[in-house]
Amino acid sequence: MIEEIGTTAEGDLVINIGPQHPATHGVLHLVVTLNGETIKKIEPHLGYIHRSIEKMCESLSYRQFIYVTSRMDYLSSHINNHACAMCVEKGLQIEVPPRAQVIRVLMDELTRIASHELWWGAMAMDLGAFTPFFHAFRERETINDIMEETCGARLTMNYMVPGGVMADLHPNFQKRVKDFIALYKSKISEYDELVTGNIIFQGRMKDVGFLSKEDAISYGCTGPIARGSGVSCDIRKLYPYEVYGQVEFDEVLETRCDSFGRYLIRLREMQQSIRIIEQLIDNIPGGDFQAKTKAVLKLPKGEFYARAETARGELGVYIISEGGTTPYRIKFRSPGFSNLSALDHMARGGKIGDLVATMGTLDLVIPDIDR
Amino acid sequence: MFLKDYITDIYKGVKSLLIGMRRTGYYFTHHKEIITQQYPDNREELNLPTRFRGEVILLHDENNEHACTGCTACELACPNGTIKIITKFDVSPEGKKKKALDTFIYHLELCTMCNLCVVACPTDAIVMAQNFEHSVYDRSKLTKKLNKPGSKIREGIE
Repeated sequence: MIEEIGTTAEGDLVINIGPQHPATHGVLHLVVTLNGETIKKIEPHLGYIHRSIEKMCESLSYRQFIYVTSRMDYLSSHINNHACAMCVEKGLQIEVPPRAQVIRVLMDELTRIASHELWWGAMAMDLGAFTPFFHAFRERETINDIMEETCGARLTMNYMVPGGVMADLHPNFQKRVKDFIALYKSKISEYDELVTGNIIFQGRMKDVGFLSKEDAISYGCTGPIARGSGVSCDIRKLYPYEVYGQVEFDEVLETRCDSFGRYLIRLREMQQSIRIIEQLIDNIPGGDFQAKTKAVLKLPKGEFYARAETARGELGVYIISEGGTTPYRIKFRSPGFSNLSALDHMARGGKIGDLVATMGTLDLVIPDIDR
Repeated sequence: MFLKDYITDIYKGVKSLLIGMRRTGYYFTHHKEIITQQYPDNREELNLPTRFRGEVILLHDENNEHACTGCTACELACPNGTIKIITKFDVSPEGKKKKALDTFIYHLELCTMCNLCVVACPTDAIVMAQNFEHSVYDRSKLTKKLNKPGSKIREGIE
């Protein structure tokens, strides 16, 4: 039942936040019931950026539909493409060459850092600090340049294809990634100095937006939100794909269960990604970057599921094939949708000023929620 | 005890703010490191990577010859119907009919620069160009004919 905008019989105020509100990072529409400044209920209204991507994919072939998924969670487009390519590979039983596997993992981790950098800047901007946004973009820009050189695009790459990657690495790739790691390590202390240690920032983040471990599981939260509540759910660790089983990295867990915990998770995850890249960047095996595939891909009749850990959580790709050149049905299990469903529980009983801080730590990308 | 905690909190808070201000002050006094690009002014020295996907072009050599056989592999590979290939039949002096490209129509307004057509091309006739300034006043200008007038297929390409 959608609440009318205005005042309810109990004297509570019902207001809209969004769809055109800068703090919602897109076209998210929240109908908030307020008692004074206390939040009694939040209803997210979706559909403002619905493009029916799942339906679109049904009319595209198995090579073509991957590019559309870059437009879902545009900040981790590599990982979306990766999950789709893995699902098609599962159906066709293609063995991906080792070189392509390493390239894919390197690209995934660079994307994860870029995504968390943008989140860090936007998070601080939500709380009124404008400068960190530019600090975050300084490092993110370097990653975008690396992507542009190798993949040909900065945001919607379409670099992963069934069987491997579209093109070989650019000759400059290794050098530029090493330069980026050096730059990142010299600047990481600024993040803590500017934002993490700031007393005002801590005051607004600590003990705000509480989500217990049980609730995180029951709402189906994944990614940094669940790990901020102490739920071990990293697909890279639990169900390793590509070369994740061979590299050393820690699954970052935090038991604070509040906004500050989720903030710390992402900062530490960036350092784990750096660790993975450092292990792989000098050990890229030679060989083909793409397995030999047929000109027209036809998946056998059946159901296929693949999942990957995006910057926001678990992305599942579910393909039902009738044996033709196009999928019969595609379903994407996007992390943002489940994470958003916990917002009502997290913000209820809190103040409206804390809503933006709580929403910022969810790292919402609206096209990922609506698809 | 309460007073002691209170004063410690204030001390810690002021210290954290000063640490942040030190960083801000550093950048205030070291503003020579410019990382932004002055875009419209630096058009001449703007150096885009060779793989950057700006728009699809059909390569022509100095004899006004291209490598497109009109096989429509790119048209089939395109997810959005961006490319439309119209073919004709060339009649050789011996009287043999041969399929050839008549018009290569490219709808820039539909293109998402996914590179699938370039990958699909068996003769490497089309590539991605680095031009990214596509804005025009009239929408019809976005529909382009890629083969130049009078161009024909290069010898020896099947």
